[in-house]
Amino acid sequence: MSSSTAKSVFWKGFADGVPFLLVLWPFGMLFGVVAATTGLDLIQTMAMTALVLAGASQFAALQMLSDNAGILLIILASLAVNLRMAMYSAALAQHFGPLSLWRRAFVAYLMVDQNFAAAQARFEANPGMSVSDKMSYFLGITAPIFPNWLLATFVGAWLGAAVPKEAALDFAMPITFIALIAPMLRTVPHVAAAVTSVVMALMLTGLPSGLAPIVAGVVAMSVGALAETLMARTSS
Amino acid sequence: MTASNFQIWVVILCLAAGTFLLRFSFLGLIGDRALPVWVTRALRYTAVGVLPGLVAPLVLWPAATAGQVDLARLAAAFVTLGVGAKTRNMITAILTGIVTLYAGLWLTGQL
Repeated sequence: MSSSTAKSVFWKGFADGVPFLLVLWPFGMLFGVVAATTGLDLIQTMAMTALVLAGASQFAALQMLSDNAGILLIILASLAVNLRMAMYSAALAQHFGPLSLWRRAFVAYLMVDQNFAAAQARFEANPGMSVSDKMSYFLGITAPIFPNWLLATFVGAWLGAAVPKEAALDFAMPITFIALIAPMLRTVPHVAAAVTSVVMALMLTGLPSGLAPIVAGVVAMSVGALAETLMARTSS
Repeated sequence: MTASNFQIWVVILCLAAGTFLLRFSFLGLIGDRALPVWVTRALRYTAVGVLPGLVAPLVLWPAATAGQVDLARLAAAFVTLGVGAKTRNMITAILTGIVTLYAGLWLTGQL
């Protein structure tokens, strides 16, 4: 592979990553604001956002810190919110397996919902992509996301309570995730998986925080795979 | 918040380490060993199986309205979904979703 194609794949990924900034900014700022109002100092806020790099679990941790929950419970519940990352890891291992351990560790650190979903959609649509092209694409999506996430958190923490509640920054995450998923609903199994996920998650809201989406996810993935198998059988 | 500085740092560092281990789990251990067909088939539905379940409660029972159904947020979610499915364009879906949200918030007197 020549370096010129690697470059163009990187920039393709970069272009696909830029739209995420629209919602990443409000979401990151909201985290900074909530962290500041919870009582974290600037260094703690930035350390959390840079090292954890998973907004939903960061919010869960802040929520439980302000509720004065036990430290162990806070850690476990926030980690449960991130259990889906293990599923993403399994999916990406199929593509990045041939890379060196260091590079796989680097991919793991940078993996978030947005670059995972975009990469998976791209890799699925282009089965012939080489592993180095896949890496270039993944790094391309991540390049605009990562620094902006840190910057948005910083601005939020710095503005603190000056951001009005009416800005409805809380809804930035739902809108991003829906916009990510909607274009993927192009086959019956994909729709079946998504509908199952919603119904299960709503039915399981009584479970401890973070568990419902995992159980719903596992059932939904099985439904998707089953639907695919059934459809392949009836069409052949 | 009653947690001390030390306790906050413990939460941050344990959450960071644990999250990295979750992300690294399969990437680090499995490498390029082939998984069974049914597993790879199920993994195709990871994003579409996990994210809707994560979002659904936030759409129906937003924390910002103390868990009460909010028409503005509900409308924004459905518009984002419809536009995204129809246009297959994420940025169009996000933009129309944001416009719907603010229009809805204004109409329901929340803005």
